[in-house]
Amino acid sequence: MSNEAVLHAPAEAGLHHEAHGDHHHEHHHETFISKYVFSMDHKMIAKQFLITGMVWAVLGGLMSVLFRLQLGYPEASFPWLEDILGKWAEGGKITPDAYYALVTTHGTVLVFFVLTAGLSGTFANFLIPLQIGARDMASPFMNMLSYWFFFAASIVMLSSMFVEFGPFSGGWTAYPPLSALASASPGSGTGMDLWLIAMALFVVSSLLGGLNYIATILNMRTKGMSMTRLPLTIWALFFTAVLGVLSFPVLFSGFILLIFDRNFGTSFYLSDIFINGVGALPNEGGSAILYQHLFWFLGHPEVYIILLPAMGMASEILSVNSRKPIFGYMAMVGSLFAIAILAFLVWAHHMFVTGLNPFLGSVFVLLTLLIAVPSAIKVFNWLTTLWRGNIRFTPGMMFSIGFVSLFISGGLTGIWLGNSALDIHLHDTYFVIAHFHIVMGVASMFGMFAGIYHWFPKMYGRYMNNTLSYLHFWITLAGAYMIFWPMHYQGLAGMPRRYYDYSVWESFKQFAELNRFISTVAMIVFAAQLLFLFNFFYSVFKGRKVTTQNPYGSNTLEWTTPVNPGHGNWVGEIPEVHRWAYDYGKDGKEFISQTTPVGADESSH
Amino acid sequence: MTALLITAVSLLIFVVIFQISKASEYVAILKGEEHSRKQNNKINGFLMVVFLVLGLVGVWYCNEVLYDKTLLPQGSASVEGERVDSMLWLTLAVTGFVFIGTQIVLFWFAYKYQENENRKVYFFAHSNKLEAIWTVIPAIVLTVLVVIGLRNWFLFTGEPPKEAMVVEVTGKQFGWIYRYPGKDGAFGKKYYKNIDNATNSLGLIWDDQLAHDDLVMEQTMYLVKGRPVKLIIGSRDVIHDVGLSHFRMKMDAVPGIPTTMWFTPKYTTKEMKEKTGNPDFQFEISCDQMCGNSHYSMKGVIEVLEQAEYDAKMASQSPYYYTAFPDKDPANAKTDSVKLVAKPVEPASKVTAKL
Repeated sequence: MSNEAVLHAPAEAGLHHEAHGDHHHEHHHETFISKYVFSMDHKMIAKQFLITGMVWAVLGGLMSVLFRLQLGYPEASFPWLEDILGKWAEGGKITPDAYYALVTTHGTVLVFFVLTAGLSGTFANFLIPLQIGARDMASPFMNMLSYWFFFAASIVMLSSMFVEFGPFSGGWTAYPPLSALASASPGSGTGMDLWLIAMALFVVSSLLGGLNYIATILNMRTKGMSMTRLPLTIWALFFTAVLGVLSFPVLFSGFILLIFDRNFGTSFYLSDIFINGVGALPNEGGSAILYQHLFWFLGHPEVYIILLPAMGMASEILSVNSRKPIFGYMAMVGSLFAIAILAFLVWAHHMFVTGLNPFLGSVFVLLTLLIAVPSAIKVFNWLTTLWRGNIRFTPGMMFSIGFVSLFISGGLTGIWLGNSALDIHLHDTYFVIAHFHIVMGVASMFGMFAGIYHWFPKMYGRYMNNTLSYLHFWITLAGAYMIFWPMHYQGLAGMPRRYYDYSVWESFKQFAELNRFISTVAMIVFAAQLLFLFNFFYSVFKGRKVTTQNPYGSNTLEWTTPVNPGHGNWVGEIPEVHRWAYDYGKDGKEFISQTTPVGADESSH
Repeated sequence: MTALLITAVSLLIFVVIFQISKASEYVAILKGEEHSRKQNNKINGFLMVVFLVLGLVGVWYCNEVLYDKTLLPQGSASVEGERVDSMLWLTLAVTGFVFIGTQIVLFWFAYKYQENENRKVYFFAHSNKLEAIWTVIPAIVLTVLVVIGLRNWFLFTGEPPKEAMVVEVTGKQFGWIYRYPGKDGAFGKKYYKNIDNATNSLGLIWDDQLAHDDLVMEQTMYLVKGRPVKLIIGSRDVIHDVGLSHFRMKMDAVPGIPTTMWFTPKYTTKEMKEKTGNPDFQFEISCDQMCGNSHYSMKGVIEVLEQAEYDAKMASQSPYYYTAFPDKDPANAKTDSVKLVAKPVEPASKVTAKL
């Protein structure tokens, strides 16, 4: 189908509307299945991604609460745990097998299913057509497939929890030989097969989505919407999609080799292995490090796949609610571009202590620390955007400010870890946990919350409850810092990550009290997320209705659609764009929509 | 019963919070939405500063409570590790300064520029000068950090001094095996298919004469104070990691690919016990790479001795060869010399051919 055809088919439907009034459903003969299940409307697919992502976020969060229970109270036993986990928590105490399965699944699910699919799946789908002025994605069908592949991946991943020897338990990075040999770890049997199938389906979903986002942004912008007039959200989502399309296939190739090693007797990753109780394996000549190169070639860009959408949304929301243009638009785009390029050139900084050639390591140190430069530009530009603004603390705005705070805190520790001579001390300690949870986990989660709060009125035509939102924000921000800040100190004591119990270690057992504190705060923060969920679902059905088309006084195109846009987004013609998205506070006007033609007497900037 | 009670109480709290929130929405509508929005804005603006102040106090308090539990007060136990510590302090100074500065600016701006009817926002879209400043300054600072870091990195990963002793460390699920080269100062060859847990845990090739005096030990590794040591690190099964946090060193143990690391211990274990005031002090080897479900218990110990103590310790060890062939042990030779001649040496000719 050519772009023209895609553009025109719904356009005609839109015109049709105008002539006959708003009787959307009657003309399209939408059934429940075509509207809510196998929907090809990008807005509905976005909501599907969002809600599936939320389900995974709850499950993944709950897993972290369970393993934090073990870390915080290693001596205690909780009989109710046996009720829900059965043999995995015999006598009310989580077994090491279960602990590692929880840690692994928590990581996999949060990184891929929540912060990749849930974040860019939701907002790329929702915002790209609305903000560039398109009726839908380049290929709505592929878009639908993208969601359903994600759904299938979710089902397979979920089913891996219920197999006899448990889900995969070798860490979310799944390094072989551990992940290749069921004899080395019970979770590496059927659990790992299912994990690999789920991840393969996920890669397909992510490629179908990503190609679609790129095609849509490049080809389907409305008249006048040049690339340099795009809102920063779209630029961020564009680079995110490019990163995904270029790096996920490499991960996939790594998985294929792993599948061969596991099932067909090859030795890509295996060499010189003797397993207790099994004996020496026949495999020789493979390299376990090869997998790590393939994995981190995705794994590092993945960090930015998670972070860039949050950056884009925070930029947009900060500007709208400061009632001021984003500072340094071109520098913001340039730094996104620089980050996207550098993302591909730093993967081996995860591998400084694998015996990597020291010279190669030094190149990766240089390139890694280089990322701090575009990151610094972004931070200072956000701060300057706030300067002399007129800030409205909407929940979206507050989460964006929280995002900037967390991005600074977590980004700065990247300067420690990226320097190999320091990494040699801090690698795989709690310092790393603190670093990536703050900068990638919580910061991106804040970006996601910001996006949800900000665009909720556009998604559902209703408002969320502000009091609950503010409560959610303050508990989560303070809680996140209380959980992860002290972990830096544990890391500075050399305390290794992924330990089930520290009590036998003379060097690490001094943190028992701190672990209890962290676990307690983690539970409170998790409970605060339930407030958010309740607020979200309650407001979908019962929230106050949005009555104005443009509640924030925002410039971007999504606010020129009807309050509840139908499939095709605009009734009548798609608006033409005459200016960039950030004319806030210009010439004494509070805001000037992108659709307003440039006046003759308007000052230029 | 307590579980039920906790659930009930949490549910109650949820309901109360929800009711209050809902009520506040109605009150807002009654009072005028614009009015209550502005009121909320003021509250949240104020909370921004409160958070900043409490946050900074929290950072200080956290340091107060936890600093003594880190390894920083006792300093590095290896000579090379001192460089890690000094680099760490420099990096902390740089990032700490930026952290405090930017967080103050962020939350202060949020407070100061909160909505005010009288303020006219400043249309400020870009400034090449400002952007150049905050591109160039971070770039310069980072260059300094990179240069210092790489100098240390090449020292850590470079060749150890000539007088360094060599110890081989092999990881397995879930423990460590150490091998010393013995009197001849050279390791014998090994091949993983020769591994036998009872008599040949590393798969040494007994045809190789160099292997005959190799010492193999588990649990504790003995090192000498002030003498550089080079570790040759390997793994028998999955990837492990030799984590030596007191010495500020770490290196993966990868099956099939030997890795190395070297450092110079500064204090004996006894001295560390006095220094830390902890009579149970040990230099622990922690496995830092997820290696299976007992990963958390994969612990080794390093005991740093004075040279004389070390020599005595080594002299008391008998070569691993005699564990495999007890009848070859001179200690047993007198009583059983006939048998010794009769028993053929187990040749691993197939294996040697492969090497």
